[in-house]
Amino acid sequence: MLHFDLADHYQRGSSRIHRLDPRIKVIGAFLFILVATLLPFGAWPSYALLFVATLFIAQLSGLGAGYALKRSFIVLPFALAAITLPLTVPGETLAQWGALTVSVEGTVRFVSILVKSWVSVQIAILLAVTTAFPDLLWALRELRVPRPLVGIVAFMYRYLFVLADESLRLRRAREARSAAGTGRAGGSLLWRGKVAGGMVGNLAVRAFERSERIYNAMLARGFRGELLTLTPPAMTDSDRTMLVGWVTFLAMATLIGFVFAR
Amino acid sequence: MHYTIEVTGLTFSYPDGHRALNGVDLRIAPGEKVALVGPNGAGKSTLMLHLNGILNGGAGEVRVCGLPVKAENLGRVRAAVGLVFQDPDDQLFSATVYEDVAFGPLHMGLPEAEVRRRVEAALAAVGMSAYAARVPHHLSVGEKKRIAIATVLSMDPEILVLDEPSAGLDPRARRGLIRLLCELPQTMLVASHDLRLVAEVFPRTVIMDQGRIVADGPTPVLLTDVALLNAHGLEPV
Repeated sequence: MLHFDLADHYQRGSSRIHRLDPRIKVIGAFLFILVATLLPFGAWPSYALLFVATLFIAQLSGLGAGYALKRSFIVLPFALAAITLPLTVPGETLAQWGALTVSVEGTVRFVSILVKSWVSVQIAILLAVTTAFPDLLWALRELRVPRPLVGIVAFMYRYLFVLADESLRLRRAREARSAAGTGRAGGSLLWRGKVAGGMVGNLAVRAFERSERIYNAMLARGFRGELLTLTPPAMTDSDRTMLVGWVTFLAMATLIGFVFAR
Repeated sequence: MHYTIEVTGLTFSYPDGHRALNGVDLRIAPGEKVALVGPNGAGKSTLMLHLNGILNGGAGEVRVCGLPVKAENLGRVRAAVGLVFQDPDDQLFSATVYEDVAFGPLHMGLPEAEVRRRVEAALAAVGMSAYAARVPHHLSVGEKKRIAIATVLSMDPEILVLDEPSAGLDPRARRGLIRLLCELPQTMLVASHDLRLVAEVFPRTVIMDQGRIVADGPTPVLLTDVALLNAHGLEPV
């Protein structure tokens, strides 16, 4: 049977981090990213602290220090958006090629942005791999993220896979009939475009029809416009202690960042 | 006499003009297990969607446990009729199995302790207690079908209405489903193309074709009437 496992990165485990209340993990990751974003440029000691913190959490979660590190390099292409900074920010000259001047200030900013986004992505990856998606959903709900928004994410998560399975089946059906005859195989670009367009349209219609059936299934079980959910388990004292420790650490990193900023 | 399901003179046309039901009369007594068979497009699913008011607006009347299916009764009607759709991916829309089975009782407004008790009882009834924390996407079709039944059992319905419960099941999963259908005490109306399953589980059979009920009687009699079966696109077992 065709099966799609896109994007489900959750790694089963029973570490201290896995067992932590998902609300704490969401708040912790959010604060971390906030701190990383707000730190001044060139606050190297703070960046180092944040980086060590990600390694520590990866270690604590039993995934090994390299786990998030390896996966976090996907951020590098996006950081290229800041590549012009060394050339455009005025300041002390670091190097010069013809009309292009690389400034020290610009380079510091560029490297800072790179490091900030890199550690932020690492913490986001750690959050995703140590928290099952349904837990993440109720955590967001409990943290007062608007319910329709959480509902949309929940349905998307549930049916993304179903749709992906459907598209896989469509593709396989096309491939099964894409035999090579004696003529030129593959057809013209226009023809292939039409086939691909037809498949996308087919998928959209199927998705629409499915949404109607799902809505009927919800009505049949008493849905009246508001999604109700069960009360989640209470936070424990050790969860709260972890959060306090984390906030203290982040406050310290922030303080160091502003005191030792260039 | 109190009927669980009482359908009188029901007609219904879809917005595109297609007439799906053309004067349906059906009575099901409490505790009866009834099979609904007929070719595709006979109106089986349309009839089922009327039983808890998802479709309405045609002529005729539907009563469930004595209540007319009308806007003001919809809450109670939907609690009484457990409707399970054909594709379990439509039925299981929540992030986890537990949440999905809890959906019905929660939306009936039951207190949380009662919801949890019912979820556990429903999962136990279909033998799926160990699956509570699982994500529906990672289940087999047979497992999904069982859990789909649990999602309405948790509402404690008087009647189970199932659309094609054995479609897409391998022989072992199908055997398990048959055993489950025999064990469950609820009144049942089950649409199926699987006439062997019908013969095994349901004492009474209703044959539909072109929006009408064309035969209604004891399963052993109807399923041996070769002329009748052939006339309505069914194959004798």
